[in-house]
Amino acid sequence: MADRPDADSEAGANKPALRLHVPEPKFRPGDTVDFSHVPISEAGKQPRPDEACDARETEGLCYDLIRVLGDDDKAHGPWDPKLDPETLRAMLGHFALVRAFDERMFRGQRQGKTSFYMKCTGEEATSVAAAMALASDDMVFPSYRQQGVLIARGYDLVEMINQIYSNKGDKLKGRQLPIMYSSREHSFFSISGNLATQTPQAVGWAMASAIKGDTRIAATWVGEGSTAEGDFHSACTFATVYNAPVILNVINNQWAISSFSGFAGAERTTFAARALGYGLAGLRVDGNDALAVYAAQRWAANRARANAGPTLIEYFTYRAEGHSTSDDPAGYRSAQERDEWPLGDPVTRLKDHLIALGEWDEDRQAEMDRKAAERVKAATKEAEKNGILGHGMHQPFRTMFEDVFEELPWHLKEQAEQATRERLIKFNGGRPQ
Amino acid sequence: MAIELKMPALSPTMEEGTLARWLVKEGDEVSSGDILAEIETDKATMEFEAVDEGTVGKIVVPEGTENVKVGTVIAVLADEGEDVGDIEASSAEPADEGEESSAADDDEGASAGPAPQRPRREPRADPEIPDGTNMASVTVREALRDAMAEEMRRDERVFVMGEEVAEYQGAYKVTQGLLEEFGPKRVIDTPITEYGFAGIGTGAAMGGLRPIVEFMTFNFAMQAIDHIVNSAAKTNYMSGGQMRCPVVFRGPNGAASRVAAQHSQNYGPWYASVPGLIVIAPYDSSDAKGLLKAAIRSEDPVVFLENELVYGRTFELPELDDHVLPIGKARIMREGADVTIVSYSIGVGFALEAAEQLADEGIDAEVIDLRTLRPLDRDAILESLAKTNRLVIAEEGWPTCSIASEVIAICMEDGFDHLDAPVLRVCNEDVPLPYAANLEKLALIDAERIVEAAKKVCYV
Repeated sequence: MADRPDADSEAGANKPALRLHVPEPKFRPGDTVDFSHVPISEAGKQPRPDEACDARETEGLCYDLIRVLGDDDKAHGPWDPKLDPETLRAMLGHFALVRAFDERMFRGQRQGKTSFYMKCTGEEATSVAAAMALASDDMVFPSYRQQGVLIARGYDLVEMINQIYSNKGDKLKGRQLPIMYSSREHSFFSISGNLATQTPQAVGWAMASAIKGDTRIAATWVGEGSTAEGDFHSACTFATVYNAPVILNVINNQWAISSFSGFAGAERTTFAARALGYGLAGLRVDGNDALAVYAAQRWAANRARANAGPTLIEYFTYRAEGHSTSDDPAGYRSAQERDEWPLGDPVTRLKDHLIALGEWDEDRQAEMDRKAAERVKAATKEAEKNGILGHGMHQPFRTMFEDVFEELPWHLKEQAEQATRERLIKFNGGRPQ
Repeated sequence: MAIELKMPALSPTMEEGTLARWLVKEGDEVSSGDILAEIETDKATMEFEAVDEGTVGKIVVPEGTENVKVGTVIAVLADEGEDVGDIEASSAEPADEGEESSAADDDEGASAGPAPQRPRREPRADPEIPDGTNMASVTVREALRDAMAEEMRRDERVFVMGEEVAEYQGAYKVTQGLLEEFGPKRVIDTPITEYGFAGIGTGAAMGGLRPIVEFMTFNFAMQAIDHIVNSAAKTNYMSGGQMRCPVVFRGPNGAASRVAAQHSQNYGPWYASVPGLIVIAPYDSSDAKGLLKAAIRSEDPVVFLENELVYGRTFELPELDDHVLPIGKARIMREGADVTIVSYSIGVGFALEAAEQLADEGIDAEVIDLRTLRPLDRDAILESLAKTNRLVIAEEGWPTCSIASEVIAICMEDGFDHLDAPVLRVCNEDVPLPYAANLEKLALIDAERIVEAAKKVCYV
C-alpha cells in the first residue's frame, strides 16, 4: 500500500527521498575506545531540591549527572548522604559478597553445576546502595540483575544457591530458572523472565499500599533497553496519574545483550528525561557512585513516603561483563570499553573513599575479599549437599502438579495418581515419590 | 576426592563444542578462577575456569578435539593433598542422567517371547519434491536462513526485523550472515518491545513492504498478540478487501531446554484459532525452507512457529533453485497400516521414534506431519484414518483446547464411521513447565507415551 493511490502520478517527484536512521554504537570489537564525548558532571555541583518539590523542579537533574564522590575520593555537595564509616564499611562488605558470589556462580555454570547465571559486575551500587536506602520491608520488584538487593537484605546465601542449582533445598520447588529468586519474607517479588512486566506491577502494588493506608512503598528496577516496552510507559502513566508511592529505577548499563542504549532512544535524550513528559520527578545519577545512588534512592523514598509523588531515576552505569552465561560480548563491543568507562568501578570508588577518610586500608580490603570468597565457597559446599543441576531426582515429581491452582483440581489429581501408578510399575514398586 | 571437570555448556541448549586449547598441563597447580581451557561453539568462545583449587591430574580430551558433547569428562582435578598418579578418569562419556535411564535398561530384559514380525517401512519422501532431486544435509537453522536470504534477493520489499537479528545474527543465530549481505536497512535491530515492533511490522506490511518479524521466542510475543490478531489478521477483512497485511511473524515456539514456565509454551493452538491468520509449524529442514518461502510470498499474515530444539538438527534438503511448498498440506512422513499418529513440529520426531518402537512390536504406524495448523489439512487426516481406523495425536503442548482437540473433533465429525477406537491425545502435563530437569522431562511428551497410546487404540 506504500504505492501511491495514483501510482503514475508525478506529484512530489522533486522532493527529497526520505531516509531511515538505524542507530550504530560508537565502538565495535577491536576499536580503540574514547569516551570523551560522554559528559561527566563535576561531583557535588548538582542542586538537591526539596524531597516534596514540584516534579518540574527536577528538570535540570534529568540532563545532569548527580555525583558525590569526586576524583579526590571525597564526598561533595548537597547530595552527600553523610553516612557513618560503619555503614560505609557494611556497604563495602555487601559489595565484596556480591562480587564473590557472582564470580563463583559464573564458574559454577561453566562447570555444569547450573544451566544459567547472570553477573551484575560494575552495577553493584545500583542494587546494594539503593536497597540500603530503602526500608527493609519496602516492596521491591527487581529485574534479573539485582542480587545485590537480596544480599543487602541478608538473604541466606545457601538459599540463593539452592535456587540456582534447582536442588532439593530449592524453596521454589525446581520450577524457576536459576537466579529468578522469590522471597516474600524479604519483600522481594518473584523475578519474571518477561521484561518490564515488573514496572506496572510495582506501581499497582504501591497504589494498593496507598489504598490500604499502609506505610510501605514500592521500588522497581528495569534496564534501559526494556524502557522501550509498553509496560514501562503504562507504569509511568499510572504512577503520575495516581501519585503512586513508587520509585522507578532505570539501570542504564549501556547494553541490552548486544543492542546498545541507542536502540532504546539514548542517541536523542536521557532516560531520566522520560520523567518530564509524564510529570514525574526525574533524577539522573552516577550509578557507579555508591553515595550518589544511596542519596538519590533515599530522596525518592522520602518523597514517596510523604505522598509527594513517584520518581524515575536513571542510574548511568556500565555492564562490565556479558549479559549472561549464554552471551559473549566479544562479538559485538570493544573489550576496551570496560577499562575506559569514565565512571570507574563502584567497588573501587567506595573503597578509595573509605581509605581517604582514614577508615579503611588495602590490607583490610584484601582480608574482606578473602573472607567473602571463603563464605561463598562454604555456602556453595553446603548447598551442593542438596545436589547440583541434573544429578538425580531432586524434586518429588508429584510436586509438579501442586500450586497450579490454590486447590488441586480433579483432573490434575487424576494425572498425579496415574503418574504415581506408572512409576510404581516402572520401578517395580520401588521408587519413592 | 578427585574432581571431574566436564565439558561445560554455554547455554542450556548447547549440545557440543570444540575444545580449542588447554591453558594448563597435567601436574599444574590451579586455583579458583584460573582459566583452564578455551572452548568454542558456533555461538562464541568461552573460557573454562577452575572453581576449586587443586592439581590437574589428567587431561582426558586433548585440545583441538571437535564435537565434544556437553557433560563429557575433559579432565580430572586432584584435590589438595591427593596424589596425581592415582587418578584414572572413570569415564570419558557424558554423565548418565542416572536413575531414569538405568531403570529403562532393566525393562529391556523383561520382554521375552517370540519377536513379532517387524513391518518394514522406509521414510517416505515428500511427493512435492520431484523424483531424482539431489539432496543436501542442512540444519533447520540454515534452511530458515536460506529461505529468508533467497526471498530477500528475489524481492527487495522483503526485510527482517527483531531484537538482535542484525549485529548479533539472531539470539539463536537464524539470521546468520544476513546483515552482511543485505545491510542494516533490511536487517534491522529493534528496541525491546514485541508489542512495538509487531505493530511496526504490521504497519510496514500495510505500507507495501514484506516484513519478516522475528520474535526471540513466541513466549515474548504474547504482548504482541493484539497486533497479530486484532490488526494483521483483520486488515484484509476490515478494509473490505482493499488492503493487505503480508507479514510473517516467526521465531521459536514450544518448550526448549530448561527455560521454565514463562519461556516454554506452545502457541500453535492460540494462533490457529484465529480467522485471517495462516499458521505454519514445520519439523524438518525441507519443510522449514519450503514453507517459509511460501509464507514470505503469501498475501496473508503468517505466524511461523519454529522450535529451538530442532534448529540444530540436520535433515535432507532438496537442492532446487526455488524450493517452495504449498501451505495447508500435511505430509505423510512414514506410511503404515495399523494406526495413524498425527503430529507437528518437534512432536513429529517423537512420533517417528514411536513408530520405530511400534514396528519392533509388530504395529505398523503411519506418521502424519500437519506442517500447517491453519488451514488444517482435514483430508489428509481423514484419508489416513480411513486406512488405519485408529488415530493418536501427539502434541508438545497443553491438552486443553489444543490442536489435538481440533483433530479429535474432525475425526468425530467426519471420520466417525472409520473409527475402531477412540482417538487419543498425547500432550504435555496440564501444568506450567517446571525448570528442574527431572520434572521437565516428566511434564513433556515423549516417544514412550505415544507408543503407549498407540498400543491402547490398537487394543494390545
